[in-house]
Parts: sequence; C-alpha cells; structure tokens
Amino acid sequence: MLGSPEDLDPFIEAACAALGLPADPAFKPAIRANLIVALRFGADVAAFALPDDAEPAPIFRA
Amino acid sequence: MDHWSKASEIAAAVSAGEASAVAVTQGALARIAALNPKLNAFTATVAPRALERAQAVDAARQRGETLGPLAGVPFAVKNLFDVEGLATRAGSKINRDGPAATRDQPLIERLEAAGAVLVGALNMGEYAYDFTGENLHDGPSRNPHDLTRMTGGSSGGSGSAVGGGLVPLALGSDTNGSIRVPSSLCGIFGLKPTYGRLTRARSFPFVASLDHLGPFARSVTDLAISYDAMQGPDADDPVCVDRGVQPVAPLIARGADGLRIAVADGYFRQGLFPEANEAMSRVTKALNVTRDITIPEALRAREAAYVITATEGAALHLDRLRTRANDFDPAVRDRLIAGAIVPASLVVASQKFRRWYRERMLELFGEVDAILAPATPCTAPSIGQQNFVLDGVELPVRANLGLYTQPISFIGLPVVAVPVPLSPLPIAVQIITAPWREDIALRIAYTLENMGIAAAPKPLL
Repeated sequence: MLGSPEDLDPFIEAACAALGLPADPAFKPAIRANLIVALRFGADVAAFALPDDAEPAPIFRA
Repeated sequence: MDHWSKASEIAAAVSAGEASAVAVTQGALARIAALNPKLNAFTATVAPRALERAQAVDAARQRGETLGPLAGVPFAVKNLFDVEGLATRAGSKINRDGPAATRDQPLIERLEAAGAVLVGALNMGEYAYDFTGENLHDGPSRNPHDLTRMTGGSSGGSGSAVGGGLVPLALGSDTNGSIRVPSSLCGIFGLKPTYGRLTRARSFPFVASLDHLGPFARSVTDLAISYDAMQGPDADDPVCVDRGVQPVAPLIARGADGLRIAVADGYFRQGLFPEANEAMSRVTKALNVTRDITIPEALRAREAAYVITATEGAALHLDRLRTRANDFDPAVRDRLIAGAIVPASLVVASQKFRRWYRERMLELFGEVDAILAPATPCTAPSIGQQNFVLDGVELPVRANLGLYTQPISFIGLPVVAVPVPLSPLPIAVQIITAPWREDIALRIAYTLENMGIAAAPKPLL
C-alpha cells in the first residue's frame, strides 16, 4: 500500500514514459490525485470476490 | 403556437396546415439568435439547411402527403453528433481542426425522415467527460432558470436549449449520466434508452462500453414520439442490436396501475440535499409507492463505471494526449492521463463485476417493474463551484453530480428522468426499468406528468 501520495510519482513517470505520454511536472499533482481515486475504486472492485470462471461479457448486452 | 409549444403540438399544427414549418423554423432561429448570447446552448446553427428542410415539409403538405409525426419540429443535437458540413467538435478544441462530416448521424436522419428540422449543434463538456456543462473552449452552457448556475453535463447545451425554450427537442449522449443530470438541473424530461437500443454510429465516442444516445423534451409524449422515430437496428453500430422497433407512443397512456414500483434505498438515500428528498417524496406519494428495494453493491457499481470510463476514455484519446496535451481542458487531460496508466487488471475486474451486477439487477426486476431513485443530489450548483458537501463530506461537484446515475447506466438499464418543478430550481427523479422496457418507464412518467407532479417549468428569460 502507498505510504504517501508522492510514492506514486515514480510509477507515474515510468508509465507515462512507457506510453509516450507527457509527464509535465505541472500536470503531475492532478494526474496523481486522479490516479489515487481510480486505484482506490479499482481496488475496491477487485476486492469483491468472484470465481475464476466469472468472465466479463465480451459483447455486453443489457 | 409559441416557443413553449411541445413537439407534438407543433407537428399537429403543421400537419393540419394551421402553421407552416418555415414559420416555426424561423421562430426557433430567431429565438436562438436572441437568447443564445445568454444561454450559450448552441455552438452552431444551420439556418439555410433548416429552412430548406422546412420548405420541403410545407411543400409535401401542399401536395396532400401525410406528414410524419414530427412534421416541422425544430431540434438540435449535442455537438458530438455528425452534422453534414460541420466538424464534429465533441466539445473539444482539437476536433474542430478535423474535416467536416460528410453525412448526418443516423438519428438525425431518422428524425428528419419523420418531418423534424435540424437547426443546430449544441454545447457540451469536453469529450463528454463532464457532469457540469462547463466548457473551457466555448464557455459554459447556462441554466435557463438561473443564468449563474450550471446546466449539468455533459449534454449541457441540450438541457439549456430545451429548458430555455429554444427548441422543443434535442439529442444528447449519456455515458454515466449526461442525459439525466442536465434533465435534472434544467427541469426537463430525458430518456436514456437501453444500451444498444439507439444507434451511435457517426457520433464521437467516449466509452464504448457505456455510451448511449437519447432525447430531451418538455413532455413525455415528445420523448415517446421522437424515441419511436429513432428506433431500429443499424449495422454501423456494433452494439445496436438487430431488434425490431417497439413503439411506445401508443402505450404511454395506459397508466401506472398494477405496476410494481419500489424506491431504491441504501446508497440512493445517502448524500441527498433536502430538495432531492422533497422531489422523491412527491413522486413516491403520488404513485402510492410504499416498497423499498436495495440495489446490491451500488457503490461498487459506480466505482467500476468510474474505472472503465477513465481507462476506455484514455485509450480513445491516447494519441491526442501524446501530441496535443496542451489543447485539452487540463481537468479532462489529467483525468485521461491518469486513466491511461491504471493497471489493466483493475479494468478486467470492473468488467467481471459488471456482469455479476447485471445478473443481480435482473433478479430485482423479477420482483418489481420499476425502481425510483434521485437523479442528482441537489439542484443546479453555481457555475464554477468546485465542491459541495454530501453527508458532511466535501466532494468535487464535477465527479459527484452523477453519483446516482452511474450505477444505472453501468449496465445499460433504460431510465426516464422526470423533472419535479420545485421552486426556485427544478430537480429530477429517475424511473428505472428492466432492459428493453422503456415503455414502462414512460408510462409512469406520463402518469406523473398528468398528475402535475412532473413538469418542465417555464423560465423567465
């Protein structure tokens, strides 16, 4: 788990570099803040136990 | 016949020869010219084309032809719909450098085939990643009931144009709430149909897993007529299923008697401002609803929708983020860059959860026919307002206006947003039904409209 929000900065820099995305220092606080929300939400969803064969629907149908 | 006339009234008058489509179109264009400087709803008008189309409608009537159900009805579309001759800007600075569209979006073609007249394109939040109706490049669309307040987004111009009486009908898109939030804040009716019902071909996408298109109007009848005109399969949209047209307009007057209706509790009762509680109370009392129902894991559903939105949206815009980062609204750009680097495992978990959640929701619709829930936590916030307090917690307005809409569009359920005309500002309630049962949601909405509980309040402009 993260100690402080800034712990994400090396990940942000490396991931942006790998994808060729701009990592302007001026962008970083907002990227970090948004990433924290997405990771928190994603972790909460991933913590919901589902069996291995609970596959996503490839073409979703309501 | 005036600027507040409903689409059905205009069509009846034009069909009967009591009004000309040209005069109606000229009236709409004049009102747009007079009021758009205040409302900032339109980003383009297409007057020559509109007048030509209106002349064709009048000529058809003079030849004795039977006119379509939307004869002479002016309408406008969110500027992510392709309109022949216009660049599809999708609220962005970047896209306006692109080529002009060579063909209209199919829903425009279908509405015009029913006699309607396209008059222009509407303001929206950049790339639809927005719940406020604000736009850095075009300025904010403004709420017709208070010009200092938000329209809601991202279909902000659609809400402003219909709520302000510039047009009786508009189209928008809804990925996480972008039809229902502006309907609520601008006090109009909105229909987000079942995922896959209305073709999205030739519209600028946002999140393919979640994108829907649908209508806004000032009456339930107008929603039903326009929706019927737009139904039908389209091979150009991979999720627009090969499903026959199921007309709803003949069904809406059947009433709500016998329908099993419940109110969503738990998640959907948290964070409500008093006005949202008042709107829910009026609707539930009018319908004599006494049953509560729990939508399971609604918070996780919202979280999963958030993850899918951030990541699919980022994938869509990856090249533009690389090459034109400074031409985005920073608030959109930085969310998209964050979305681009979210681990894929979390996206897959969200899609797996989506299937589980869909199955639980379908079980609920074995017990009830419709579920009521608030559309927004509050009436329209002020333009520029960054935060509000929900249940004692300060949260960003931009991300949280769609708190109650996201868990519903996440699995593509149809919803009618019905406006409750509270003073000084309106607010809507969601009527949610099982997939493909738009008819039931519209029947309940029509019942509420006839009781005077739901109505589009007329603004003083």
